[in-house]
Amino acid sequence: MKTEISIKNIKSKFLDKVEELSEENLYACYQCGKCSAGCPSISEMDISPGEIIRLVQLGQEKEVLDSKTIWICASCFTCVTRCPKGVDLAKVMEALRQITLRKNVDYVSPWSIPKEVLSQVPQIALVSCLRKFSA
Amino acid sequence: MSRIGVFICHCGLNIAGTIEVEKVVKLVSDYPEVVYATDYMYMCSDPGQDMIKEMVKEKKLDGVVVAACSPTMHETTFRNAIASVGLNPYRGEIANIREQCSWVHQNHKEIATEKAVKIIEATIEKLKLDMPLIPLSVPVTKRALVIGGGIAGIQASLDIADSGYEVILVEKNQSIGGHMLQLSETFPTLDCPQCIATPKMVQVGQHPKIKLLAFSEVEEVSGYVGNFQVKIRRKASFVDWDKCTGCGLCMEKCPVRVPSEFNEFLSKRKAIYTLFPQAVPNKPVIDSNNCLYFTKGKCRVCEKNCSLKAINFEQKDSLVEEKVGAIIVATGYDLMNKAEVGEYGYGKYKDVIDGMQLERLLAPAGPTEGIPYRPSDGKIPKEVVFIQCVGSRDPEHYYPYCSKICCMYTVKQAMLYKHAVPDGQAYVFYMDIRCNGKGYEEFLQRGIEEDRILYLRGRVSKIFKDGDKIKVWGADTLTGRKIEISADLVVLAMAIIPSKGAKKLAEKLRLATDDYGFLTEAHPKLRPVESLTAGYFLAGAAQAPKDIPETVAQASGAASKVDSLFSKDELYHEPIIANVDEEVCVGCGNCVNICAYDAVELDLKTKKARVNPVICEGCGACSAACPSGAMQQNNFSKRQIFEMVNIFTV
Amino acid sequence: MKISYFPGCTLKTMAKNFEDSAIASLSFLGIEMVELPRWNCCGTVYSLTSDDLIHQVAPIRNLIRVKEARDTRVVALCSMCYHTLKRANKLVKEDQEKLDKLNNLMYREDVKYNGEVEVLHLLEILKNEVGFDQVSKKVKMPLKGLKVAPYYGCLLLRPAEVGLDDPESPTILKDLLESVGAEAIDFPYETECCGSYHTVVNVNLVVERAHDILSFAISQKAEAIVLSCPLCGFNLDHRQKEIKEKFPDFKSIPVFYFTQLLALSLGLDEKVCRFELNFIDPRPLLKSKHFIGGV
Repeated sequence: MKTEISIKNIKSKFLDKVEELSEENLYACYQCGKCSAGCPSISEMDISPGEIIRLVQLGQEKEVLDSKTIWICASCFTCVTRCPKGVDLAKVMEALRQITLRKNVDYVSPWSIPKEVLSQVPQIALVSCLRKFSA
Repeated sequence: MSRIGVFICHCGLNIAGTIEVEKVVKLVSDYPEVVYATDYMYMCSDPGQDMIKEMVKEKKLDGVVVAACSPTMHETTFRNAIASVGLNPYRGEIANIREQCSWVHQNHKEIATEKAVKIIEATIEKLKLDMPLIPLSVPVTKRALVIGGGIAGIQASLDIADSGYEVILVEKNQSIGGHMLQLSETFPTLDCPQCIATPKMVQVGQHPKIKLLAFSEVEEVSGYVGNFQVKIRRKASFVDWDKCTGCGLCMEKCPVRVPSEFNEFLSKRKAIYTLFPQAVPNKPVIDSNNCLYFTKGKCRVCEKNCSLKAINFEQKDSLVEEKVGAIIVATGYDLMNKAEVGEYGYGKYKDVIDGMQLERLLAPAGPTEGIPYRPSDGKIPKEVVFIQCVGSRDPEHYYPYCSKICCMYTVKQAMLYKHAVPDGQAYVFYMDIRCNGKGYEEFLQRGIEEDRILYLRGRVSKIFKDGDKIKVWGADTLTGRKIEISADLVVLAMAIIPSKGAKKLAEKLRLATDDYGFLTEAHPKLRPVESLTAGYFLAGAAQAPKDIPETVAQASGAASKVDSLFSKDELYHEPIIANVDEEVCVGCGNCVNICAYDAVELDLKTKKARVNPVICEGCGACSAACPSGAMQQNNFSKRQIFEMVNIFTV
Repeated sequence: MKISYFPGCTLKTMAKNFEDSAIASLSFLGIEMVELPRWNCCGTVYSLTSDDLIHQVAPIRNLIRVKEARDTRVVALCSMCYHTLKRANKLVKEDQEKLDKLNNLMYREDVKYNGEVEVLHLLEILKNEVGFDQVSKKVKMPLKGLKVAPYYGCLLLRPAEVGLDDPESPTILKDLLESVGAEAIDFPYETECCGSYHTVVNVNLVVERAHDILSFAISQKAEAIVLSCPLCGFNLDHRQKEIKEKFPDFKSIPVFYFTQLLALSLGLDEKVCRFELNFIDPRPLLKSKHFIGGV
């Protein structure tokens, strides 16, 4: 596939927003892949974690926000612990989720959770799931 | 009354583009004690210099101010020019109206011109009180000390010795050769390192001008360039090397077996041992930490079997004193310890080894005769994973720099592995491949295309033991996948760090190092083999990670610096040094504490400060710290400085 | 000795086995865990965006409660509570401006927070206050022959600045297990994520994670798993039902909270361990090792 890049999408508002919310400098990432290599949830992701940063740098807002990856991330901080450049990828993922959630768009809305699940899972699962995934 | 000449340089448009040079000439000509003032396009050019020389003679000038660039650039040029016509060079000064005026006030021409005049006037005031100093000369001891007997130290020693000067080569291990002797084959030629290095080692051992002190360490250095006094500790080997012929019977009979450092702990050695068969000197050493006599008072089998009575358990360390004129520091490198890396197992997995360990496994004369058997069970590994950049390029946890040689030695090791195990597979996890030497890129492509090494672009997040395999979790960023490999053997390309003990040595010698312990060169681009301290030169990996060709080139470079130092019979020391007025000095000792060069001491009897004129570097710290004003710097006296300040504040 | 105790939501319901065994064990060791009055939800999960101050109100309010209880330390058992409280505490200790804003937001509280409280995990208390050698001395029934896989999960150890132990090679659970006579196996999956809150909407993800973790433990001859988080506990214990459905050859393995094993070894009554709340019944295993009596 072909992607045209220019100053417009490299210096995009999208990148600015992500860097502002996460307080991370995405240009510090040198795409070594260590985050992808250690991510426990990568088998369920469509785009690898390291590639997400690359796509944000290339200004590919739709592709990133439409991905499964940012919602599959379990915030386990394995990537954060191992990144050789100190880039906090968990914060970047959170920023990407928040961009959608803050538009009042749920990823998981409380009413969509089946009754059986509500009574089956521990409160902590519900609290943390809704905190991460609902607007 | 002085007769001062002022020469103002245009420096093309660098100065003249901002400063109205003609106006400056006019104003300065009227300044008291100035008998001549002129300007020229490029004062540092031959005609410019000739002009200065002519005017010194014609106008009988006794002082010259050249208003131009920075003294760092051309102070020496102009001082040499006036010296050539008989005027004392220290009666010549540069007024910097470029870096400190025209270059920083490019948009304010009027103010820049005014300021230029003031700078020149201040310099004239300083010059009026300048004394005609004579540089001190010190003799040069034409002997060199080389610390470190690896390939860098060996090359430097041979070069200096071949030029006809005596060299003392000090090596902490019992043989010279360094890490190069541990390698299996060298890139890109796949030369046998023992074969190419041992002829040089033998030359060193037999050279009439080289005094080889193996199993020794530098204890203390005092003095200054051209005149160092060095104390060297010859460690006790408990073997009289003059009597010993290197027959090896003692080593055969010794019952003790301990892990061998030379073989990176992959095999055992005796308590009395030489490092390898071609060692120079080829004499053994007793490891008193493991010898049964030293630890338990028993055995002494080596002594019983030595017909030459060369074993001496009573031997003590001895101190040797030498006088030298130059010192080359070539202490080399070590690999970072893999036990520091948590995600790769903290060094607890036997089948996760570092590059040097693999070298020993692949070396034909190594513990496994060149077949890289797994250290855990001795099986032949069919799948070997190489991980580059372990500890390097990792500013968050380890070292931020690139270790330079790992990309090349990894492809070499992968190729040698394939040659030893033709039905095996090698994988290399990399971030970038750095092949910037001659023939290096071709070597890499040969390895990939002929030996079908699979290069995976991505770092490895974790490795752990799973049954008798080592699970590797890495990435291939080119396809965006997490890659899992169940390897038989994993090889880590650990970061290159300065040799153990190098930091302590640098502190002893008072040599500048960077944050990681690598020795700092005088200028990273233009003076890579000199240190900031006069008389000390650097060679090899002690300065920064590098491969063998660069090391040898640098060693020869350092040797040539030493040769040019020794080509003079006398060294001239700048006379812009500190001076004590004993009548004013109260002996407070401030100057002694502040001197970074140990050039000032307090005479215990007279209680006055005393400056060693040859060590003093003229930094001015003591003069600034002296509360009574007894300590002044030649041609930078308090009065001179105040006269200059007056010009600017009036 | 007394210490303030923060239970968190799940320890009062599905993970009551964790709380009961903890309180009983600590009491036996001479420490009274005093539940914080008026504690509220810890505020999990710690918010990772730079501008989300409102989410720090919940954890900081709990620290105000600790101050009101005239204590300077609070101990948590659940990894998620520990992580959230500790990280929020660190944030405000390092940023006076944020702390001031939070205190202003909580203007109706009687007490202002100024970073006086230290957040601790029960394992830290056992290691530093009691000492594992002291624990050993009080052990009445060493759990000899029990091979356990210590499981830490994520939030106990990462990120490193709030972690309880080395994130790559932690040893605190191993030390505890050895002090009660059990054997801790080498377990590289001990720090791998269990899938966490995905258990609500993406059970398959949790099943895959849990299956990998538990299978490795079983392959290393572990007879039980030990952990410290009710969510990990649910994912590794209760979800074994779903794991068995997807992987019919999967052999079940009992999962303990570390305090259950501690209580057993200290000779306390089996009742405080509340084994009925463990999904995979651990009693057959314990009986076979003669740690509990009965048929």
